[in-house]
Amino acid sequence: MNPVPSFEPLKNSFQQKIFSLRNIFSTKQFILLLALVLLSPLSWAEEALPVAEDPAIEKRMLALSEDLRCLVCQNESLAGSRADFANDLRREIREQLKANKSDQEIIDFLVSRYGDFVLYKPPVKPATYLLWGGPFVFLLTGAGILFFYLKRRRKQIEEPPLTEEQHRHAETLLKENKGNNA
Amino acid sequence: MIPELGNFALILALLLAVTQGTLPIIGAAHGIHSWIALARPVVQGQFVFLAIAFGCLAYSFVSNDFSVLNVARNSNSELPIQYRIAASWGSHEGSLLLWVFMLSAWSVAVSVFSRHLPDEMVARVLGVMGLVSVGFILFLLVTSNPFDRLFPAALEGSDLNPLLQDPGMVIHPPMLYMGYVGFSVAFAFAIAALISGQMDAAWARWSRPWTTVAWVFLTIGIMLGSWWAYYELGWGGWWFWDPVENASFLPWLVGTALVHSLAVTEKRGSFKSWTVLLAICAFSLSLLGTFLVRSGVLTSVHAFATDPARGVFILAFLVIVIGSSLLLFAWRAPKVGLGGKFDLVSRESMLLANNLLLMVAAGSVLLGTLYPLIMDSLDLGKISVGPPYFEAVFVPLMTPAIFLMGLGPLARWKQASLPELMLRLRWAFGVSVITALLMPFVMGEWKPLVSFGLLLAFWIIATIFVSIRQRLHNSGQGGLFTKLARQSRSYYSMHLAHLGIAIFIIGVTLVNGYETEKDVRMEIGSTVTMGGYTFRFNGASPVSGPNYQAMRGDIDVLRNGEKIRVMQPEKRTYNASGMAMTEPAIDTGLLRDLYVAMGEPLENGAWVVRVYHKPFVDWIWFGCLLMAFGGILAVTDRRYRLKIHSKHVETAAVADGKRVANNNTGLATGGRKA
Repeated sequence: MNPVPSFEPLKNSFQQKIFSLRNIFSTKQFILLLALVLLSPLSWAEEALPVAEDPAIEKRMLALSEDLRCLVCQNESLAGSRADFANDLRREIREQLKANKSDQEIIDFLVSRYGDFVLYKPPVKPATYLLWGGPFVFLLTGAGILFFYLKRRRKQIEEPPLTEEQHRHAETLLKENKGNNA
Repeated sequence: MIPELGNFALILALLLAVTQGTLPIIGAAHGIHSWIALARPVVQGQFVFLAIAFGCLAYSFVSNDFSVLNVARNSNSELPIQYRIAASWGSHEGSLLLWVFMLSAWSVAVSVFSRHLPDEMVARVLGVMGLVSVGFILFLLVTSNPFDRLFPAALEGSDLNPLLQDPGMVIHPPMLYMGYVGFSVAFAFAIAALISGQMDAAWARWSRPWTTVAWVFLTIGIMLGSWWAYYELGWGGWWFWDPVENASFLPWLVGTALVHSLAVTEKRGSFKSWTVLLAICAFSLSLLGTFLVRSGVLTSVHAFATDPARGVFILAFLVIVIGSSLLLFAWRAPKVGLGGKFDLVSRESMLLANNLLLMVAAGSVLLGTLYPLIMDSLDLGKISVGPPYFEAVFVPLMTPAIFLMGLGPLARWKQASLPELMLRLRWAFGVSVITALLMPFVMGEWKPLVSFGLLLAFWIIATIFVSIRQRLHNSGQGGLFTKLARQSRSYYSMHLAHLGIAIFIIGVTLVNGYETEKDVRMEIGSTVTMGGYTFRFNGASPVSGPNYQAMRGDIDVLRNGEKIRVMQPEKRTYNASGMAMTEPAIDTGLLRDLYVAMGEPLENGAWVVRVYHKPFVDWIWFGCLLMAFGGILAVTDRRYRLKIHSKHVETAAVADGKRVANNNTGLATGGRKA
């Protein structure tokens, strides 16, 4: 799959919208409308409607699409992307959720259509054993090497006991140090 | 003419780099003083020619010379001047030129600030850096020449990616590269030490400030990148575990381990070979990161394979650098001394355990980043490795590391007692558990993950308090402030950086736990309320930027019915590329961000608008800044400023004093020097 960003359609619809906006309002009307809005008391203001019709389904959809990849984007999740592809797929998920499908069923459906690539959490299968097991192997090997290295190291360094002279030297150093601190 | 001059300067720089990479090293090996003395002037000459080359490239961009392929592809005559300059490092070729230019800047810095080092050492260090430079300049000249001409010249350039047309993106890459390249100094010191076999506490002391400065740049670079993603990508995320981000995070993880390991090598003479290995790893990952991001291998393995010249060169270069340094390591490291003895429970072993965790984390992130590439190139199928994987791996690894972060600074060098530590830290532990359990209620809802994150953060903060209290208790007489003033900067710098981690964790935890988001259809005049704020949409109007057209929304923010500010998010379309960009409006605050982004236009002047309330999100970057500031403070510590006068005293001290005066080594040497 070539990750060509689908900006063209987005741009076109965007420009159309700008032009249609200009067609609907003349400047005069716009200013009038703006004045009306600005002068209107706050009680006039309506609470904006959520884009989603059903908040419960929207929440589940978002949770699901967070871990799914937008296939035409450059590494964006379905939840984050606003590309047409992502919009369509989110709609698809919403519809399937409405049809009472479980999360797993939807994921299975998407994988059968787009392959494992759509999952941000790669499935555990022979080809990914190394991926999922790797961190444990690293940790165990590292800890093992560290342990044996430290053990061997302690044996290797048998620190020679200090001679009488070194003791005196150390004491003067420590005293000097205290003196400086005081 | 100017691009040809740049090209010529680049060739001259290559010749000087070859000289720098050979003669001083040979001279140091055979005691040829005139060759050793070559190192500094050659470094400075190379810098001058690379500066000329870079200046020529920047000039081509600024003057819209579309007969240069690189300019035609990455710039446009409408592009504002600051972004035309930034476009010089916006492309693959330009960024590599910036990389090698920075390498030469670091080399000049080493040549200037190394008057107190033995000449042979400097010659070897600069020689190694010269060899790295040879590789990069060759790569530029052979496969990615930024000065290649385009015949016939283009009438207009195809523009810089609009995502990069942002002040954050102007400084982010140079910062990041300063970090990447900075690790080359640590690497060069390590290789020089392996070659000469001279690796003692003095060596660690020389190489430590350089490493810390590189780490500071990398920290700031990553922070800027994350901040940029937050306000530029338009949906308010700040870290995506994207391969590009991972590429910069890997050297950071290993660099962090290196900074800590160097501390042990300097103070206790231990971990020498481990420190050298880390320095090699950090720089290798910096190289890997540069190439991963810049070669296009991440976007598509196949696109990369269609242009094999670059790929083969990169692989060969990586194999030569990593392979030869590891071979050298395997050959020389066993001859390096072991350093002081320490017990299984001691500050040394805790730092070593923390190092292990950081390295395992780095290894896992590397595995997750490369795995899809490897699978794809072996035709085993395409998979994506994203946030769920990295979070599942990273969090469990960092939890014990953060626990150790609290213990380490309180444990004694050499031999610590676990029961004693537990006794000293029981209050810190109790306080952090109770606060972590209660805090979520203050935020409105108790969530286990929030509580857990806060526990980690409060544990760090509480142990910092305990550590400072104990330190003051042990530092003689005098009032609180005299005692506070008596502690070294490096002591404070450590706690400051650790505090940065705590602040960072608080930010991450709270924004993940309590962020609210609303995706609404806003009619003109309609409102949406969230987190105690009311947003009123007054419509959107068209505006033109220098090289884009935009619709700018006008949104009043009200609190308790009073208007506190206007937010103006934009939806832009760039003229040259036709790319649409969301430019959110953000109201930054200490305890929360308000974040508004325009979605799609609807009928009657209504818009889909996304509104976010993000509690504590800025603490994420504030935490990073604290870490960086901690690093800066560490570099300004007295012992680095004093070293010029006390070189001889110091070497003597290293020889006999280190082993004897155990706990207060830092203080003892400091006292003697003063």
